[in-house]
Amino acid sequence: MTHRSETVLDVQDVHVEFSGIIALDGVSFGIAQDEILGLIGPNGAGKTTLFNCLSRLYHPSRGDILLGGTSILQWPAHQIARAGIGRTFQNVALFGDLTVRDNISVGMHALTRGNLVSDALRLPMSRRTEARIRTETEELAELLEIADVLEVTAANLPFGTQKRVELARALASKPRILLMDEPAGGLNQEEVFLLGELMKRVRTEFKTSILLVEHHMGLVMSIADHVVALNFGKKLAEGTPAEIQAHPQVIEAYLGGGDA
Amino acid sequence: MMDIGNTSTRTDPSAAIPARPGIGARFNVIVTIVLLLVLVFAPAFAKNFFVFQMTLWLIYAIAILALNLLTGSSGQVSLGHSAFYAIGAYTAAILLNETGLNYVLTLPVAALFGFVAGFLFGFPALRLTGVALAMATFALAVATPAIIKLHVFEEWTGGVQGLFVDKPRAPFGLPISDDAWLYYLTLAVGVLVFLFGLSLLNSRTGRACLALRDNPIAASAMGVNVALYKTLIFGVSAAIASIAGALSAIAIQFVAVDSFTFHLAILLFVGMVVGGIGWLPGSLVGAAFVVFVPNIADGISQGLSGAVFGGLLLLVIFVLPNGAKQIATWLSAQFGAK
Ligand SMILES: Nc1ncnc2c1ncn2[C@@H]1O[C@H](COP(=O)(O)OP(=O)(O)OP(=O)(O)O)[C@@H](O)[C@H]1O
Ligand SMILES: [Mg+2]
Repeated sequence: MTHRSETVLDVQDVHVEFSGIIALDGVSFGIAQDEILGLIGPNGAGKTTLFNCLSRLYHPSRGDILLGGTSILQWPAHQIARAGIGRTFQNVALFGDLTVRDNISVGMHALTRGNLVSDALRLPMSRRTEARIRTETEELAELLEIADVLEVTAANLPFGTQKRVELARALASKPRILLMDEPAGGLNQEEVFLLGELMKRVRTEFKTSILLVEHHMGLVMSIADHVVALNFGKKLAEGTPAEIQAHPQVIEAYLGGGDA
Repeated sequence: MMDIGNTSTRTDPSAAIPARPGIGARFNVIVTIVLLLVLVFAPAFAKNFFVFQMTLWLIYAIAILALNLLTGSSGQVSLGHSAFYAIGAYTAAILLNETGLNYVLTLPVAALFGFVAGFLFGFPALRLTGVALAMATFALAVATPAIIKLHVFEEWTGGVQGLFVDKPRAPFGLPISDDAWLYYLTLAVGVLVFLFGLSLLNSRTGRACLALRDNPIAASAMGVNVALYKTLIFGVSAAIASIAGALSAIAIQFVAVDSFTFHLAILLFVGMVVGGIGWLPGSLVGAAFVVFVPNIADGISQGLSGAVFGGLLLLVIFVLPNGAKQIATWLSAQFGAK
């Protein structure tokens, strides 16, 4: 096994159950600083459920999740972004009626301060915040090559562009850990390649760890430093991409039918 | 099974359509200036009774704007804004009768009371969305007159008798009628409230509300405290409705229980829909509809005025499901295209 630096996020023995269905069954793993960690598994393996635990949308019935050594399980969902965890959603969850600019600006909510009175009266504090949001939104749009659609309503954009908008919105909070749920879904071969390049760039420029849920094995195996494989809510295996690709149980889970 | 991760929005991969066509911007400025000029000079050409009608129109526009700010930004529907309007009206009337407070200063006090009431009501309402929230606010509207008539409050509210208020005189020896003065006061308050709402919508706070309307889960993942912003915007909306109520007490010089039934709440809601949800200037159009159309309907047929009003409302909803906003968007695109 290659050497991994200290973990920034630790998932410990997490259990989640939905009225009889065990979605996660004692899953444990850690993600290291600046690492791209691939989380793979057949449909229904529990990958999105794990993301929803990290976002505090689901509460595990057992286990713990530690961010820099502190449990996040007492925090409300809206505190997660402030703590440095950003995310994108499996089928894109943009603010459909808002412009691309406003979508990215909302991404900066956790990074900025303000209050209703100051905002409505355009006090200097709010005007400074607004100027900062404007500049950084435009920089992110530049980086993700969506500057030309900043004033377009998000719902009217093609799927691939929406995904880039969603990534820009997630990056707007300068996350230390970025959760990406199937970013390659619905993209063509060339777009997948560009996405991989972009993720590597994001990792170095934003100094962020990336937790990547993906069915596109080519992408996962080419950019992940470390891979965790789930099946039926349980961790099957964990290791380098090469180790996982050669792992008999992983091969079986993917080829051996199941409920996929 | 619903998966929280799969909160997909509409996917319409059609051609990209700009949301705020910059080309229409100059048209908007021209329309705004013309409208302001008309509003400022109208009293000079109108009889006092019509000036009074215009004041009522502006007061309704402020109350409808309050509702529009709530529904248009956060998506919360209220059929109970008559309650906050009543709070403002009684606050102003009681302050004017019991203390020597200047009538203009009753407005911020009314706003504060309205905000607190709205914020407090917004908390239990957090659990409710859509139809359930509409019902809960409606219950508030239905209960309001009975609460005002309660024995414990009667000493203050005047119960079924209502409260009379002195008519403010035009100050500084201004050479205008008292009615015109009230009109200008209302217009000034209206412009301030409008600017307040506009800045709010285009700020970090406003975007947080718009975001939680479109996708509450994604909004909270971006750090938006959904519960807090929902109650805050409810409070702001109630505060503005309360200001409208206070202005009505001052303009009509009489506050009566019967003015604050659920009928008022429904009228405000109708006004919002006719003006176009989420488009603040539409509040003026919506208010014109609910203030003037009943008069016109009366003129057409006394006995059937309700039917005429209903018919016109049906017509508007069929032809313009997005209200006046639809006409504005269309005009803006027509005239804006260089
Ligand atoms: N809110 C929910 N209520 C009930 N069951 C749920 C809920 N969310 C997830 N599940 C179930 O938990 C299991 C794991 O689902 P999850 O969405 O985490 O899988 P996944 O690994 O993300 O799959 P995919 O690759 O298809 O996205 C599935 O059986 C799913 O039906
Ligand atoms: Mg999933």
